[in-house]
Amino acid sequence: MSVRSVAVDAYREAAPALAASVVGGLFAGAVLGGMRAQLRAVEGLLVLVPALLATRGNVYGAFGARLATGLHQGVVEPRVDTGDRRLRAAVAAAMSNGLLASGFAAVVAYVVLGVLARPVAGLGTLVAIALVAGLLSGVALTGAVVAVVFAGYRRGRNPDTLVGPLVTTTGDVFGLAFLVLAVRVVVGGV
Amino acid sequence: MRREWTVAAITRATLPVLLALTVVEVGSGLVLGSFEATLLQYPSLLVLVPVTIGTAGNLGSILASRLSTAFHLGTLSFDPGDDELSGNVVATVTLAVTLFPVVGAGAWLLAAATGGAELAAGTVVAVAALSGACLAVLAVVTTLAATYAAYRFELDPDDVVIPVVTNACDVLGVLVLFGAVELLV
Repeated sequence: MSVRSVAVDAYREAAPALAASVVGGLFAGAVLGGMRAQLRAVEGLLVLVPALLATRGNVYGAFGARLATGLHQGVVEPRVDTGDRRLRAAVAAAMSNGLLASGFAAVVAYVVLGVLARPVAGLGTLVAIALVAGLLSGVALTGAVVAVVFAGYRRGRNPDTLVGPLVTTTGDVFGLAFLVLAVRVVVGGV
Repeated sequence: MRREWTVAAITRATLPVLLALTVVEVGSGLVLGSFEATLLQYPSLLVLVPVTIGTAGNLGSILASRLSTAFHLGTLSFDPGDDELSGNVVATVTLAVTLFPVVGAGAWLLAAATGGAELAAGTVVAVAALSGACLAVLAVVTTLAATYAAYRFELDPDDVVIPVVTNACDVLGVLVLFGAVELLV
């Protein structure tokens, strides 16, 4: 295949998913634009936002890529089976690593902002917000990744092209929406 | 390449990189925090934050994911003359150049719809287009470097490359957006 035909194929395969993710990303932006009250109420929350969003992408992006490669190699079957040892291990690892990284991000943000003498909310508040948001978006993302990767694969779509945009989009929308919810749960009605 | 599907093996392969990247992301959060006042003043720029860094990360992760599968199937070669490699690079840059102006227009429309479009539509589109073009090049360079490094150090690209690429794009996204805002707003 020539460079041009590979490029045209790759563009056509990626464009719809990427365009959908742009729409999702804009919604995530609207959520971020609408959470100015929470950003002002919890000092240091904006500093935490990239780390929390990235954790979703990192953990569930790797989870999705692992599923995609597993499907390509034929070691994972494209259907949800709670008895599937590999699928169960991959889900458990994603959830626990996601929570660990979220709590860790809150601690690092708190320490760095403290060292820089910039205003920051209490350590307990930040960690609790990060963990609640991490748990809720983790459950939502695991479901979304498994459903879309398996369904896409069964319909003959390349799961590789679905994983990245799907995870970043749903990760950002769920991540920010659940972050607002977590602030409300932990701090009270803001 | 043989790989293990246990919680311990997956955690061993991913957690150290994950925690290191989290520290880097907090760094990008600090940059974001340093122009928090501007972002809160112009909501269309705040709307642009997740979609800019997200789309840049997506471009990198699609490329990384395709290269990773080619790597596992044994069809990838790191040669600039390799059609598979250059075709994917060309597609990545073209996707960015065509999508980002639309991203800017969408961000302005959303901000306008929610009553916060203090900036001209042209300014927001220009900020998005400039950021996107810079980020496409940075995403390609980062992806190729990370995939090649994983290959040289015999690491599984699925565990390593996508996290590195997505986070690099997040940090670069915030920096590039900051630069574009300083330049154009």
